[in-house]
Amino acid sequence: MLGADELVINMGPQHPSTHGVLRVKLKLDGERVIGSECIIGYLHRGVEKIAENRTYQQFAPYVDRMDYVAAVSSGLGYCEAIEKLLIVEAPPRARVIRTILTELQRIASHLLWLGTHALDIGALTPLFYCFREREEILKIFEKYCGARLTTHAFRIGGLQYEAHDTFEKDVERFCKDFESRIVEYETLLTQNRIWIGRTKGVGILTAADAIAFGVTGPVLRASGVKWDIRKAMPYAAYDQYKFEIPVGTTGDTYDRYLVRMEEMRQSRLICLQAIENIPTGPIMAKVGKVLKPPPGEVYHAIEAPKGEIGYYVVSDGTVMPYRVHIRPPSFINLQAFDRMVRGHLVADVVAIIGTIDIVLGEVDR
Amino acid sequence: MADEPKEPKPPQVPTGEEPASSTPPVSAPPAKATDASAPAPPPKAAAPAPPKPPVVLQTPLDNELVKRFRAKFGAALLDATEDRKQAILTVDRAQLLEISLSLRDEEKFDMLSSLTAVDWPKREKRFDVVLELYSFPKNERLRLKIHAADAEEVPSVVSVWPSANWQEREAFDMFGIVFSGHPELRRILLPDEWQGYPLRKDYDILQQDTAWVRENLGIESGQ
Repeated sequence: MLGADELVINMGPQHPSTHGVLRVKLKLDGERVIGSECIIGYLHRGVEKIAENRTYQQFAPYVDRMDYVAAVSSGLGYCEAIEKLLIVEAPPRARVIRTILTELQRIASHLLWLGTHALDIGALTPLFYCFREREEILKIFEKYCGARLTTHAFRIGGLQYEAHDTFEKDVERFCKDFESRIVEYETLLTQNRIWIGRTKGVGILTAADAIAFGVTGPVLRASGVKWDIRKAMPYAAYDQYKFEIPVGTTGDTYDRYLVRMEEMRQSRLICLQAIENIPTGPIMAKVGKVLKPPPGEVYHAIEAPKGEIGYYVVSDGTVMPYRVHIRPPSFINLQAFDRMVRGHLVADVVAIIGTIDIVLGEVDR
Repeated sequence: MADEPKEPKPPQVPTGEEPASSTPPVSAPPAKATDASAPAPPPKAAAPAPPKPPVVLQTPLDNELVKRFRAKFGAALLDATEDRKQAILTVDRAQLLEISLSLRDEEKFDMLSSLTAVDWPKREKRFDVVLELYSFPKNERLRLKIHAADAEEVPSVVSVWPSANWQEREAFDMFGIVFSGHPELRRILLPDEWQGYPLRKDYDILQQDTAWVRENLGIESGQ
């Protein structure tokens, strides 16, 4: 109550529930949080500076190292931004394969979030289930391009690799299995009284606040804003498929959990629709070996698992980008952390860090 | 059996490379021998070039928004262009706050997606501050640009879009652009004591704050 009771404690950067090297200074009144400050930058590698010293193609693998649990999505955003700059379009076959891989990546990213988020709150079991399914997705990535995490799956102008022979079958088998697997997670958590107690009403973010803070992705949708770039400004092959955008009502941690669970279901449906009819034809547009985009600038954003990942690229007509700015969803969403955490208990801080779903590699770049 | 598939492959690879490497010598010797054959290669080289000139990517923009904007702010709108179908408005630095408020409240650009800067050291006003706006009701993006010289302060838009907070701190951290009216303008990604602004063009990629690295990490260089 009084100023004398205020206590500042430090959480992180080596705290296991901060999902990387996030340091949070918490101002406490007893057990209650009355203020917070995030200290970031521990993983800063100067990705934007590196971009100015590499060619357009050479920089592509670097974006995988930002959000390293959703590298395919980061790569798609970058490749499409440069294609926009070059004024070329990837062929239809490439776009459909890109869509499938990106949706699988969304499921993998949400699974990692679910497992670790549940672990933070105290439910140990979901982690093992989530990693079991995530493993299947990573195996598909490995079969496709040889890498599991930092995949560099796409190239500017399309794809380097043709889909492997069993690609459709692998994706279909995963999707078939996955339907019952989501039910398993839900059995463990959705009606679980401890889970509800720890997440309902925790970290409420109103729609107006979410928009003001620039929050995007599942966090924004859980606050009740029905906005998804896949629908609003379709890219890749999303305009061809039917899917729903789940939204929440109160914008608390429980809503964000429900939204992400439903998103996994929708991603699964997109994959199933896409593998039914993958167009034949080339997988690479004619872009040449040396890329010299005409001078100018583009901003291109896609719906990554964590929100809007945007690339602002300026070309001066040479082989290297003049400037690349990355708008990372984790970084922007983390700004709303202070608003969400105030008034809650220290134990809820852990739940709120988990529910924003940040990856520090992307926050710090 | 194992040797057979291997043998045809190697010749295929060289043949793929040879035509490309052999054509230049074929066209080069005649060019040296006679002047008359010299014009022959240039048309070939010029043939792929024609598609390039008609590409005019930056066109003046004059839609309803720009007209309303011009009526309200007049000279504060320095330039309105379209680049690859994306609207870009360049506005006067001094009036940024009024313009931002008007864009948010009247034109419904309710979200600031991204705020960053670009350094053009040879220009009189070296920095571009670039704001990427999004309107939920219109489903439209708009890019707002402000020019600023090295020592000039840019009005902070945190009061208009709170999401600018960390992004302006990042621009300050990386470029040294001062945003006046920012609630707490200090470095965000780099250490507070760091000297220099890494994303400026005159900051070399190998450059670092050697004194800081020596003092805090106890090593000569991280490279």
